[in-house]
Parts: sequence; structure tokens; C-alpha cells
Amino acid sequence: MRALETVLLAKGYVDPDALDLIVETYETKIGPRCGAQVVAKAWVDPAYRQRLLADGTAAVAELSFAGRQGEHLKVVENTDQLHNLVVCTLCSCYPWPVLGLPPVWYKSAAYRSKAVMDPRGVLADFGVTLPPEKTIRVWDSTAEIRYLVLPQRPAGTEGLSEARLAELVTRDSMIGTGLPLAAGASQ
Amino acid sequence: MNGPQDLGGMMGFGPVRPEADEPVFHGEWEKRALALTLASAALGEWNMDMGRHARESLPPHIYLSVSYYEIWTRALANMLAERGMVTAEELAAARQLVPPVPTKKPKADKAQVAAALAKGSPYDRQVDQPARFALGERISTKVMHPATHTRLPRYARGKTGEIVAVHGAFVFPDSHAHGLGEQPQWCYGVKFSGRELWGPESDAGLEVIVDCWEPYLQDRAA
Repeated sequence: MRALETVLLAKGYVDPDALDLIVETYETKIGPRCGAQVVAKAWVDPAYRQRLLADGTAAVAELSFAGRQGEHLKVVENTDQLHNLVVCTLCSCYPWPVLGLPPVWYKSAAYRSKAVMDPRGVLADFGVTLPPEKTIRVWDSTAEIRYLVLPQRPAGTEGLSEARLAELVTRDSMIGTGLPLAAGASQ
Repeated sequence: MNGPQDLGGMMGFGPVRPEADEPVFHGEWEKRALALTLASAALGEWNMDMGRHARESLPPHIYLSVSYYEIWTRALANMLAERGMVTAEELAAARQLVPPVPTKKPKADKAQVAAALAKGSPYDRQVDQPARFALGERISTKVMHPATHTRLPRYARGKTGEIVAVHGAFVFPDSHAHGLGEQPQWCYGVKFSGRELWGPESDAGLEVIVDCWEPYLQDRAA
């Protein structure tokens, strides 16, 4: 890696400040707290929720989240009957502007192979059990559409502020491998 | 291609192992792998589909045994070598040995990279021809095994499903990955039942949605 960087810099193919900016952007600016804000807003604002489900890209841009690997964003909603799970079996497609860079497990062969065939087994690996009658819909990100799960708002959170609700929204709950935290919990 | 990237339905990789409090980067080299991959792509010598094809063209025993950032890095080195941009000798010596070759675009500076990350690069396109399939229609996927890049996974070939989304026309990866132009095609969300994909033993409550370009689809098999 050092050799590759040294040669690319020496030959003038890449700019050192540009490299640092890329790292800084995904290390400090863009991450799952962006998506958590989107989810919390959808939980408290029914009109926003409707816009989000109708056009994810535009609704997320209202909160100034946009860009690379989020050009075509679709938000899919969990309900009492349906649980959504997102995977990319062919590579590592992931909605960067709202979740940041994917975790190692999302890119792993174990997840990519099993999610489309045995999603309940995947959920068990995450310690999550769903009622057997609940439908599980798996989204394989084979094209340029990127998927974000809108999890169900936890019970007992009626009085909480949007900011407090956002703290309950975990990254995994927006991929579908987890659920939001219970009221009163914190990550 | 039926490469090591096409993992859906394979077995034997063990449980998924989430990492508690996972950092964004595991050490400095992952940061450099990401940054070099994105910054090099900005030179315009390859597109995203060519990048994906370079990764899935790694030998399966390599692809399946290294980390994802190493997959990126090995593919990057291969793409740079194929174009004469960075030679294997230079990588071994860790210094420049031959002059740089001209690239389609100049290197991106900090401001240009910031703008590119913020803007992204949409892959949808306008096409004249109407969509062949409609929402709610039952269709079949083709049985096909191209040796070239494709985004129809093996597990979803030769299966019957329902069109649940008409996404619009998008750059066609099967041509774009090989320098044959964007050739935009309609792209659809296709819903398959778990039992259609995996047989009668499958979870009755499983649905899988695969995004499929129109050339992957045909009228429902009789």
C-alpha cells in the first residue's frame, strides 16, 4: 500500500490533499448518524415520511445528505408484517451518504452468501429473532439503486424529541440486521 | 462472469461476525486503500463497472481469502498496470521508474474531490424506447453465463418473478464494464419468492428483490 501510494504521488496521478480529504470525509463527516437523523424525522413528521418513501434521494437531500453512492436512494419501511434486509451479494453496494462506509461484515462472504437464502439465520447471528409469520424481504443491491431501511419506531417513545429518537436508531437497524434501541437505552 | 464475487446462496463461510464498536478504518492502510481507489478513479481511465470487473476478475482463491480493501487494492494495482500507469517493477521498487502516461482527466485536487463526493455521478439516463415490462407483470430471468461482466447473480437466473419497480433507464454494466459504451437499458426491481429461488424447503415468508436490467429478462416461461 505504501509503495502504491508513493508511486502514484511521485507520478502525479493523485493529490495528497485530496487523499486526506477523502479519508476525513468518511471518517468524520459522513456516517450512520446521518441516516439516524433521516429516520427520526420520518418518525415524527408524517409528511416527511411520505416524501421519504416516495423519493428517497430528494427527501434525504432535504437534510443535506447526498452524493457518491447515494445518487439513487430508495427507502423501504418495516411494518408489523414485513421486515426489510439489505445486501449486495455481488460486491459491497451501500448507501454511503446516509450510512457512511460499510462495515467489514457487510462486505464479508458470510453475509453476502447467506442473506438472500437464509436471512433468519443471518438475523440470528446478530441476536435478532423475528416472529415466524413475519415476511422478510431481502433487497439485493445489484444495480445503482441504494437501499435504506426505515425501522419501526420503538414502543414507549411518544414523548421523545427528534434528537433523542435519533439516538435510538442504530446503523444495523437501517440495514435490517438489527432493530432500534428500546426507549431509555443509548448506544 | 461466474466469478468469486457471485456469492448469493453459497455455503460454508460460517456465521456473520459483527464487530463490536467497529472503527471506520482498521488502521492507516485501509484509509489509504479507500483514498487511492477513489482518487485514481477520478483520472477517468476506467469507470465504476470496469472497477467492479477488475475486482471480480481476481483469482477466486485470492478473492475469497483477503479483506475487501485488499480486493480493492489488488484490483487497483492491476488496472494501473494494464494501462501502463504504474508498473509491477515500480510497485516492487516503491519508486517511479518510467514516466507517467497521459490520462483522460488530470489529477483531481482537493476542491474537485470534495465536489465529486458531494455530487456523486448519477447512472440514470433518458432513452427513447419505452419500458418493455410493466409493474405487476410476471416475467422470467434468462439463463445466461457470460464470461464477461454481468449483474444478474447466478441464484436469480432462469427464475420467475414479478416486476415490483420500474426504476428508469440506467447505464448497462454488461457493456460499460468492457468499454462498449453506456448502452442504457430499463432497470426493474423484480421480486422472487424464496421457494422460487431455493425450492420447497425455503422459508415461506422470504421474498428477494433483485434489480435487473431489461436484457436479463424475458416473457414468462410457459
